[in-house]
Amino acid sequence: MRHLLDTKHLSRAEAIRILDVAEDMADTQQREVKKLPALRGKTVVNLFFEDSTRTRISFEAAAKRLSADVINFSAKGSSVSKGESLQDTAQTLQAMAADAVVIRHAASGAPRTLATSGWISAGVVNAGDGTHEHPTQALLDAYTMRKRRHGAGSRGRDLEGMRVTIVGDILHSRVARSNVWLLQTLGAEVTLVAPPTLVPQDVSDWPVQVGFDLDAAVAEAPDAIMMLRIQLERMNAAFFPSEREYARTWGLTTDRLAALPDDTIVMHPGPMNRGLEIASEAADSARSTVLEQVTNGVSVRMAVLYLLLSGSNENED
Amino acid sequence: MTENLLFRGARIEGGDVADIRIEDGRIAAVGTGLDADGARVVDVAGLIALPGLVDLHTHLREPGYEASETVLTGSRAAAAGGYTAVFAMPNTSPVADTAGVVEQELALGEAAGLVTVQPIGAVTIGQKGERLAELGAMASSRARVRVFSDDGFCVWDPLIMRRALEYVKAFDGVVAQHAQDPRLTEGAQMNEGRVSAELGLTGWPAVAEESIIARDVLLAEHVGSRLHVCHLSTAGAVDIIRWAKRRGVDVTAEVTPHHLLLSEELVRGYDARYKVNPPLRRDEDVQAVREGLADGTIDIVATDHAPHPAEAKTCEWPAAANGMVGLESALRVVHQAMVRTGMLDWADVARVMSRTPAEIGRLDGHGRPIAAGEPAELVFYDADATGVFTTSDLRGRGINSPYLGRELPGSVRYTVHDGRLTVDDGRVTA
Repeated sequence: MRHLLDTKHLSRAEAIRILDVAEDMADTQQREVKKLPALRGKTVVNLFFEDSTRTRISFEAAAKRLSADVINFSAKGSSVSKGESLQDTAQTLQAMAADAVVIRHAASGAPRTLATSGWISAGVVNAGDGTHEHPTQALLDAYTMRKRRHGAGSRGRDLEGMRVTIVGDILHSRVARSNVWLLQTLGAEVTLVAPPTLVPQDVSDWPVQVGFDLDAAVAEAPDAIMMLRIQLERMNAAFFPSEREYARTWGLTTDRLAALPDDTIVMHPGPMNRGLEIASEAADSARSTVLEQVTNGVSVRMAVLYLLLSGSNENED
Repeated sequence: MTENLLFRGARIEGGDVADIRIEDGRIAAVGTGLDADGARVVDVAGLIALPGLVDLHTHLREPGYEASETVLTGSRAAAAGGYTAVFAMPNTSPVADTAGVVEQELALGEAAGLVTVQPIGAVTIGQKGERLAELGAMASSRARVRVFSDDGFCVWDPLIMRRALEYVKAFDGVVAQHAQDPRLTEGAQMNEGRVSAELGLTGWPAVAEESIIARDVLLAEHVGSRLHVCHLSTAGAVDIIRWAKRRGVDVTAEVTPHHLLLSEELVRGYDARYKVNPPLRRDEDVQAVREGLADGTIDIVATDHAPHPAEAKTCEWPAAANGMVGLESALRVVHQAMVRTGMLDWADVARVMSRTPAEIGRLDGHGRPIAAGEPAELVFYDADATGVFTTSDLRGRGINSPYLGRELPGSVRYTVHDGRLTVDDGRVTA
């Protein structure tokens, strides 16, 4: 694997390979000494143009547990705000001989621009770009679903037959996009539920069902329901009238939680707005995988960095 | 004293073969077997002679943005593309919203001397859409402005638009509208649809263009004014113009070469060379604008030549500037999109790229027939040539061309402006 820019172009075999390596990584994390020597001498740069403490520390933990050297580069001023350009930043990292760059950027497509510009030779991992994709989030979600479904027999398996409902701001969600493509690749069926204002205008290419009625979607008894974070500034842009109406119509309330089958898992990429898109009872219930997702995130990111940097990929693209 | 020229063996607008003799800035004779009589003889056997091209929509960037282009470098790009006249959009710094600035633009064009540079005046002061600029002063200035536009911005306020349409009637002017509803396109990055949904780029919906055009044709009808629609890009917009023309509304429309050839699929790699406003649209829209140009619904091709410095394009997509350079490639792209598809012949090309743009802009001395006594504004084009478009084909300051690396037919061999060669055997002379 040269880069990980999106899940749209990830094959089933590549995805399952990442998830299986993540299983191996997770096994090592049960040991007393969690650190592996695999990436000793490699330098991983966390290049974050947007604040995201959760994602950054997850990547940092992953890289450190593989013995890579980690540089955190918080580039607050992007070229959008007239700071240093992406090109200059990238060339600086190249001059410092970074082996992998984990990039978070507010601009959709910035990781692809970085990877294809010729500015750097490092592998690029997309840690969330604008409203485009967040591939490691989708991979950790898939890992979490697979683990809940197949347990210790997860290796080599996909998500064939799983029915997953994603609820919330699809329009602005990189998590939703990455999940849509990856879940499709792994054989799951995906339903999106959102206010019509928060669904892209034309999703005819997407391998999903789209609905506007969360109660109807709950009644379908999905295997997993994934609640997306709602950003309150959307309210001011007339996407929905009020917090109260949103929570009542599209939130995972206690009533809806009760209406779900006992084995439906409840997912959220975090950070949560408790009481808005998800009630505390749902977030803290035994069906919730919110903290498992965080744990699995480290294993999945270890797998991605390992596959990117371990040198076993010379004959791939 | 300029040398006299005899072009031997041209196909006049792609038709009959004839010699063209040029003396003292005018076409002295068109016919077969003309006598050289001391003139320099240029062998143009097999080349197509067209009236010098006229671009109703060029950004020359000077004054104010000389890092992107100057009147001189833009004039070179124009000549290289076979143009003999360009209309310069007013979004310079300062904005061309006074007689002083348009006269400065005119003087810079005259000093460059490669093409006629006809300034366009801003509709509103500073292109802010609030108060009318001194349109009459610009019209009666030495630059004799007849086309007014806030291009880059839409004249969004319907009352300001109505007043502008009415006011320019006093001097046979026209308002060239950049049709874009600003509220529907806040933060817009690309055409809204299937591709924007996948790429996570904020959409620029077709309706934001079409709703303004629909409003404007109704306003133009109501006040009996002339309206020109810039860079029309959607199938729905073609339908609205077709409807308006059938009703007798005095409206003309332009399409850019890039909207005739390229579609939004190109955005998938986030290469900002393909970022332009209005954005590249769907394949269906490309087909619709081609058909609209072929059936006369769309009157002209205009380049929207928009040079930018390299750093404005080698960056993440949302940070990149809108626009593409287009003067050097326009004729070749129209050849590819319209002539090779059989939708236009060369006489049609002369109409949509020379005669009609000059008429819309009320520009004398351009877009004239190739006949004795007419001004010597000509281009000789090798339609049998083909080649990969590279930066060496670009003569302006900007290299933000979407065609780099793409094979295009044709080659501009000679351009004649005011009786003198501005392109000689493919090379710009100044």
